[in-house]
Amino acid sequence: MITEKKNKKMIKKKNRFLSIVFRFKKNKLALFGLIIFAIMVFMAIFADFIVDYEIDAIKQNMQNRFNPPSKEHFFGTDNFGRDVFARIVFGARISLFVGIITVGISLFFGVLIGATAGYFGGKVDNFWMRIMDVFLAIPQMLMAIAVVAALGTDMFNLLIALSVSQIPRFARIVRSSILTVKGQDYIEAARACGTSNSRIISKHILPNAIGPIIVQATLNVAITILVISALSFVGLGVQPPTPEWGSMMADSKSQLRYHPYLVIIPGIFVGLTVMSLNVIGDGLRDALDPRLKN
Amino acid sequence: MLRYIGRRILMMIPVLLGVSFIIFTIMEFTPGDPAMLMLGENATASEVNELREEMGLNENFLVRYYKYIKDAVKGDFGISYRNKVSVSKEITSRLNNTLKLTTLGVLISVVIGVPVGIISAVKQYSIIDYTSLITALILTSLPAFFVGLMLILLFSLHLNWLPPTGADSWKNFVMPAITLAAASMATLIRMTRSTMLEVIRQDYIRTARAKGATENRVIYKHALRNALLPVVTLIGLNFGTQLGGAIVTETVFTMPGLGSLMIAAVRTKDTPIVMAAVITIAVIAGFINLFVDILYTFIDPRLKSDLVKN
Repeated sequence: MITEKKNKKMIKKKNRFLSIVFRFKKNKLALFGLIIFAIMVFMAIFADFIVDYEIDAIKQNMQNRFNPPSKEHFFGTDNFGRDVFARIVFGARISLFVGIITVGISLFFGVLIGATAGYFGGKVDNFWMRIMDVFLAIPQMLMAIAVVAALGTDMFNLLIALSVSQIPRFARIVRSSILTVKGQDYIEAARACGTSNSRIISKHILPNAIGPIIVQATLNVAITILVISALSFVGLGVQPPTPEWGSMMADSKSQLRYHPYLVIIPGIFVGLTVMSLNVIGDGLRDALDPRLKN
Repeated sequence: MLRYIGRRILMMIPVLLGVSFIIFTIMEFTPGDPAMLMLGENATASEVNELREEMGLNENFLVRYYKYIKDAVKGDFGISYRNKVSVSKEITSRLNNTLKLTTLGVLISVVIGVPVGIISAVKQYSIIDYTSLITALILTSLPAFFVGLMLILLFSLHLNWLPPTGADSWKNFVMPAITLAAASMATLIRMTRSTMLEVIRQDYIRTARAKGATENRVIYKHALRNALLPVVTLIGLNFGTQLGGAIVTETVFTMPGLGSLMIAAVRTKDTPIVMAAVITIAVIAGFINLFVDILYTFIDPRLKSDLVKN
């Protein structure tokens, strides 16, 4: 009897998931984005098998500067004679790592703060949301620059700098989803059964708010990748010689006239990655909530 | 209405205090002694100590923050650690370029973004619609500095039409403004399109058509006005984003503005400049948000009674 019930529940859950997958699959643009993103992830994970980090991406080879794209060097070589393709491949690892970890950290704190504020309401809500307002008043780029300036430009500080400025957005989304669900009867019922607050939030409220959170998370990975490349471009992000797409463009800025491909290639890779995440995010939004689609 | 505006301005004060406190705290962690920076490497320990005493650096962190705010309210943001110029003077001289740049950027994005969004919605699933959506997608996905570099490559290096750097004539502002406008233009196209599509399906639009109103009148009188609210919100938000984006854009075009000043100040650990620049940007962003909220009441008179009541 109990197993039967469980099975039914499983099927129902599975169906919901399948219908989301089905709707997502119908969206050609989103599928295209997923393929591109998969390629980037593949590059990031298997970078070591594709090229040699030390020899191709880091070691300078002054005899081989500014080779145009060829068979040995798919994307040519840069002003230090390093293989641009190798640097692009490892750049994917850095961009995706920073993007995903940053969103992970800010998602964690954002959900924590947003859920607390939305669920308890009143003074708690006011307190946390005013703090979030203060953080929102500082443009993300500016906040990141200030944190990096104070703490120095290593990877860990960069992750903090980028995460801090994204927490308010997640907190707001989670809070507003919770506010819409909070008044509904089933929450009241759960509370009447004596369910604890943390259980109500994690088991009854958050699953219903997960859609917009996932969509925002996807889009924020895209935004983070843009910000990290911009930070590296102005010299406050990932430091040379580490291959990062933004700093690769900064390195080659002075070569723009005679070797524009050195700037264009990393730019296209940033653009493709961000675009793939944007279309995946849009596709997810439509698949999760078909009513929104027009 | 006036009371509402007054209250909103009062509400900005805690936000500004919070912003300045956060930045003050962050800069406190910055390694390097300001007195040492001002005196140079060869200063003796007693000289450094004397200057620290004079600048009040030996005092408690909170005391210094309090003093800073007290002076800042009077418009005195201290002097730069690097070249000992008054910070407020430095900021106002640079602010002009940044404001010009962002205003121009917002203007370009509105003048192009809103009409393209409307046309896209009216001619949904046409070639124009797809082209504008794909262009918007590409523009939101490219880093702004990359767009800037590509503009330099085309218009300065190849065609030789526009100067790549500086801020001397209007020509200097064309490419930075387009660079800055690109991403917000894209978000505006998408937002205008989707709200217009939503509005066009409403009953009152059908009624307007049924009454025999011309298509132009239906779109521009009945639909646009109702679709305007979220669009105006986005324009206001874009202003804030563009102030942040100006930091990078100014670096690309080596334009003497607030952003490039700040990057240089961050690199040289010139705390007073960084503080003042951040506060200035937060104040401007706050006032723009207030302005947008007031604008709402003109677009949607129903909101006015709400505001005044509360």
